[in-house]
Amino acid sequence: MTRIASVLRRIKTDAAAPVMALVFAVAASSVVLLVAGSNPIQAYSDMLKHASKLETMIDILNRATPLFIAGIAAAIGFRMNLFNIGVEGQYLLAALVAAHVGGLVHLPAPLHIALILLVAMSVGAAYSGVAGVLKVTKGVHEVISTIMLNAIATSGLIVAGLQAWQAGGGLGGNVTRVGTTPIDESGRLPNLNGFVEIFTRDIGRDRELTGVLVVAIAVGVAYHVIVGRSRFGFDLRASGANPFAAHVGGIPPKRMIVTAMVLSGAVAGLVGMTEIMDGGVFPANPIQGLGFAGIAVALLGRNSAIGALVAALIFAFLDISSGILQNTGSASREIVQIMQGLIILAAVVAYQVTERARAREEAKAAATALAAVAS
Amino acid sequence: MSALRNLPGWARWCLYATIGMLVLDVVQGFDDTDLLTSEGASRAMLRWGLPILLAGLGGLFAERCGVVNIGLEGMMVLGTWFGAWGALEFGAWWGLLLGALGGALGGLLHALATVQFGVDHVISGVAINILGPGLARFLSSEIFNQKYKDVGGSITQSPRVPTVGRMTFPFLSGGDLFGWTTPDFLGWFTGKDWFLVSDITGFARGLTSNMSWVTVFTLALLPFCTWLLWRTRFGLRLRISGERPEAGEVQGVNIYLYKYIGVAISGALAGLGGAFIASGELSGVYKEGQTAGRGFIGLAALIFGNWRPSGIFAGAMLFGYPFALDLQDLEGKASHALMLVTAIALFAIMVWAIVRKNRTDAILAGVLAGLALLWYLLADTLPDWWAAILPYVIVLVVLIFFTKRLRPPAAAGRPYRKGGG
Repeated sequence: MTRIASVLRRIKTDAAAPVMALVFAVAASSVVLLVAGSNPIQAYSDMLKHASKLETMIDILNRATPLFIAGIAAAIGFRMNLFNIGVEGQYLLAALVAAHVGGLVHLPAPLHIALILLVAMSVGAAYSGVAGVLKVTKGVHEVISTIMLNAIATSGLIVAGLQAWQAGGGLGGNVTRVGTTPIDESGRLPNLNGFVEIFTRDIGRDRELTGVLVVAIAVGVAYHVIVGRSRFGFDLRASGANPFAAHVGGIPPKRMIVTAMVLSGAVAGLVGMTEIMDGGVFPANPIQGLGFAGIAVALLGRNSAIGALVAALIFAFLDISSGILQNTGSASREIVQIMQGLIILAAVVAYQVTERARAREEAKAAATALAAVAS
Repeated sequence: MSALRNLPGWARWCLYATIGMLVLDVVQGFDDTDLLTSEGASRAMLRWGLPILLAGLGGLFAERCGVVNIGLEGMMVLGTWFGAWGALEFGAWWGLLLGALGGALGGLLHALATVQFGVDHVISGVAINILGPGLARFLSSEIFNQKYKDVGGSITQSPRVPTVGRMTFPFLSGGDLFGWTTPDFLGWFTGKDWFLVSDITGFARGLTSNMSWVTVFTLALLPFCTWLLWRTRFGLRLRISGERPEAGEVQGVNIYLYKYIGVAISGALAGLGGAFIASGELSGVYKEGQTAGRGFIGLAALIFGNWRPSGIFAGAMLFGYPFALDLQDLEGKASHALMLVTAIALFAIMVWAIVRKNRTDAILAGVLAGLALLWYLLADTLPDWWAAILPYVIVLVVLIFFTKRLRPPAAAGRPYRKGGG
């Protein structure tokens, strides 16, 4: 019984800050909506009603999948006090190269899929590794180098790749951009509709639950086990908490930095898989911003797999809800972006405040304990 | 080298500029173009460089008071929106003011999170970069898409905004002075077609003629910021907040207050940069995504300039230059010539590394220089994306070779609690 009670208490303390943040964000957004002349209650009830439909849930899961993977990628860095701001560039570059390679080769299904995933992970890892190597050899701060690498990827390498690998030959003159050569059916993960429909009614409106969800779950479980339960995960967390102590304890700091960056980049490489596995191509206008959203997901979820899952679902729910606001006209759809920004800002403030309160309490408890011993 | 160091600052910068012009002059000869030193190129460089300068100065104020500001981009986005809206509602100058205020709003939010609540600076900055564009989009849907719908407004765009007037410097470039047209001194030299001299004057003429009053105002901000930070009591206190806040605290400086002010100024400058982008000087319209990462380039200019205003100016111009050239360069000759300049610069770094007996750096620079030279020789023109990424590449190169020589404010990014030292 005591064990259950302690678990409950832990959930309560862990969840207090994010719940506070959510309440604050909803309240602040309501003020914005009221000022803009919309009815917030109406807007929220429209959003919730829409989200309770099966098809919308599929949409939310499809959106949450890349957000969750991006969140885990960022969390790996955060666990080691490394800011991998470069998830954005890493996933776009990885998806581009993986789509190109996947479109070139013809293989049986499992091999084809494995190859695409492997290429994506390697490209992400290599690009992220550059920042890691620069940090340990030249002392370049990873925030700055990954910002620069992001820009080089999005406005340079992606453009170059799209021009060179355009389906049906390179880009010349006024050819419409269509993205890379389509990947064979063997290279795409099948959708999970059949699995979902065992439990529910048939999924309508041509919605398909992305097969990459399985990859995301695998990434989440692997992250949870490796970081939380393995020797390597301990080393990682120790180096993040106190690099000097960890170094004295025999953990090579430089190698840990590069390893963490490479792992983070490898996971980041998988973010774009929903897009290329479902559509079969790296489109001329890929979805951008998932990397930065992933950082938000990691922060909101406090770098834990479960937390990132909840955070990814919240962000996905908000993203998908924007559409229904547009349809019903109860509020401007852009309010969800403001809500996302507010949630993340409120969450980091709330974490900081509770963290400081806890530290104060611990110090007080230690002081009383010491006083009791001394007397 | 030591003789060079003994020169006063302005003389050293003049020398660098002349050497730079000489290199550009010689190099463009190979590619049979005169765009590299043309009047149009320098004018466009100024227009493209100034928002970067403003963002960089914004970064300077934040980091000098000890707060890392990754949120410059988001604050700049707020600046573009408020700048365009203010210009539409009240007039062009009000647009600049409101743009700065909009950015300052973002800065205050950043200060609230980082200074008051002690949130990690990078995290808060990332949040502001998400919030800023969201807010701009929401406001557009509420205002540009409703009140201004009939005149071309939409969720992603404003109607055309009014612009402030232009001026030409009297005497230097033949501007009017109280109704009298002064002689065009630089123009006269440019017309003579003398080697180097005419190129320098032509280039300078682009920087002194037909420029918007916004540009003049922004250029005046540069010496003002230098004076404010290094010659006033306010500046000293602001800088100690970023170097040794505990020492300042002992002296009775209200560190929190100076951090708040510094970050608010930072946001205001970034916002002004945004308003500049939306003003008639650059685009004349608010458009979603028009900052195009210039907040980050400003951060790059800050690092390139070693956290000093003159260096930031040099960086901003250097980063604005390829953009400017790209616009004029229809045949691709100029960016091709620029690749040779890049190769020469990398060879110079290699020589510098050899003199300093740093073998790995010398080899690395040599390899990079060789690659640049090879690209120059093999390709006739360069792809259009090269100009877009050049600033970032330059900063990476600077970071790779000169990180140990850079000196950021000692306490930048470090959390500070009153009485915690």
